[in-house]
Amino acid sequence: MARHVIAPVDELPPGTRKFLEIEGRPIAVFNIKGEYFGLMNRCPHQGAALCEGPLIGLAQSKDPGEIEYTKLGEIIRCPWHGWEFDIRTGQSYCDPRRFRVKAYAAHVEPGASVVKGPYVAETVTVKVESDYVVVEL
Amino acid sequence: MNIQFRESPEAASTPTTKTAIADCDIHPARATRTELYPYLAKRWQHHLEVYGVHAYQGMMEGPPYPKAQPNASRRDAYPPEGGPQGSSLSFMQKQLLDPNNVQLGVLNPLNTGQGIRNHELSAALCSAINDWQIDKWTSKDKRLKASIVVGNEDGLSAAAEIRERAGDKNFVQVLLLSRNVEPLGQRRYWPIYQAAEEAGLPVGVHAFGFGGNPITPSGWPSYYIEEMVGHSQCQQSALASLVLEGVFERFPKLKMVMIEAGFGWAPSLAWRLDKVWQRLRSEVPHVKRPPSEYIREQVWWTTQPMEDPERREDLFDVIKWIGWDRLLFATDYPHWDYDEPSRVLPAGVSEDNREAFYLGNARKLYGMT
Ligand code: FES
Repeated sequence: MARHVIAPVDELPPGTRKFLEIEGRPIAVFNIKGEYFGLMNRCPHQGAALCEGPLIGLAQSKDPGEIEYTKLGEIIRCPWHGWEFDIRTGQSYCDPRRFRVKAYAAHVEPGASVVKGPYVAETVTVKVESDYVVVEL
Repeated sequence: MNIQFRESPEAASTPTTKTAIADCDIHPARATRTELYPYLAKRWQHHLEVYGVHAYQGMMEGPPYPKAQPNASRRDAYPPEGGPQGSSLSFMQKQLLDPNNVQLGVLNPLNTGQGIRNHELSAALCSAINDWQIDKWTSKDKRLKASIVVGNEDGLSAAAEIRERAGDKNFVQVLLLSRNVEPLGQRRYWPIYQAAEEAGLPVGVHAFGFGGNPITPSGWPSYYIEEMVGHSQCQQSALASLVLEGVFERFPKLKMVMIEAGFGWAPSLAWRLDKVWQRLRSEVPHVKRPPSEYIREQVWWTTQPMEDPERREDLFDVIKWIGWDRLLFATDYPHWDYDEPSRVLPAGVSEDNREAFYLGNARKLYGMT
């Protein structure tokens, strides 16, 4: 499994996302409150660029009239037909058994280890003294 | 949260389909509120500024229900130069026509001048929309063909508009909406059918419209999702009315296209109609044949929204009844319930049927062969 350096951390502040292509695959990486998540940027329904959609929360209801809204900013809603997926897992909420988006592990590594380790720099010139967002693929 | 995240990603124009297709339901939009003014007499421009537009129902500032995505459209369909989704020819070419190899695209503008109480204004706006379709769209891209928009509630002025455009190769059908003041078979609409038949143009009935009646037969629902499925109920009553008022009998060469209301319900409606017609035909002696015969001979169906049953065989059974020669592929671009051409038809369809579905039927119906 190759690890790809995709950005210095300060280029991907909380609440933002970055779109890129890794090994021919369209990927989006999100920073949600300091945690990083990678998703395949293709909707399993009809193939829209899924990660262009808005980040919303999860509306659930135990009983009619009672609505719980959780996971704010952690659910991606497809820009076409609005299917919802959990950024953390790629799981769909309308048919979780059949549909999921491929999720890729993303995290931060210090520049020193990036320079040493089995990394491929995607779009980034790596400097030893900074931290980098890394995606495993 | 109707906010937009990023405008017009390049990823949107990734090619997906290689075979040529027809797209029988494309919605062009106006970039600005006043874009039609060049096609409207000063008198109507002033009228709009002073009085605005009065439809048969309230809540005209927006559609009756907020739609699932901004402007009921794909979030990735904002043109890079600004303006609402569907308002830029160059972006439509880049996002829809080129990558999907669309050979024929039929334009169905919505929010035009249809269903407006002031019939003179309605006629003027419809005529302006038709001029605008030629200027902005069909004359600039030969793949695009327009629908003649008519002031539907005034059959006579609508017929006049059709006659004026008849023979103009920019136009391939007449456009009505499914929600009207009365069911579509009623006499006030007959001049439209007569003029369309004379002109050899099919009449498309697109879901939607502001007829002033509740948008479902059981009243105003709570949710947009009910409006969406309600389109098929509305289309069913429109079609029953067309059959039972004798429109198909009176205009035997008339071709109707049911647009954006599904088609899975067609067989059951026809079966029910046939059954009650056998028992009650003395009430409607002008309906000389079983209703299903008129429907099968004179009605075509666009595919978006396609029924999507769990077993694809169920879908094929329905299509078998309707006829593979009666379906017209449509994306509904740029609307949010858009169907992606390469993903919409399940496997297991013969080459001939696929070709008819994606292109052949449309070319024949719209006289492009
Ligand atoms: S393509 Fe994403 S919901 Fe349909």
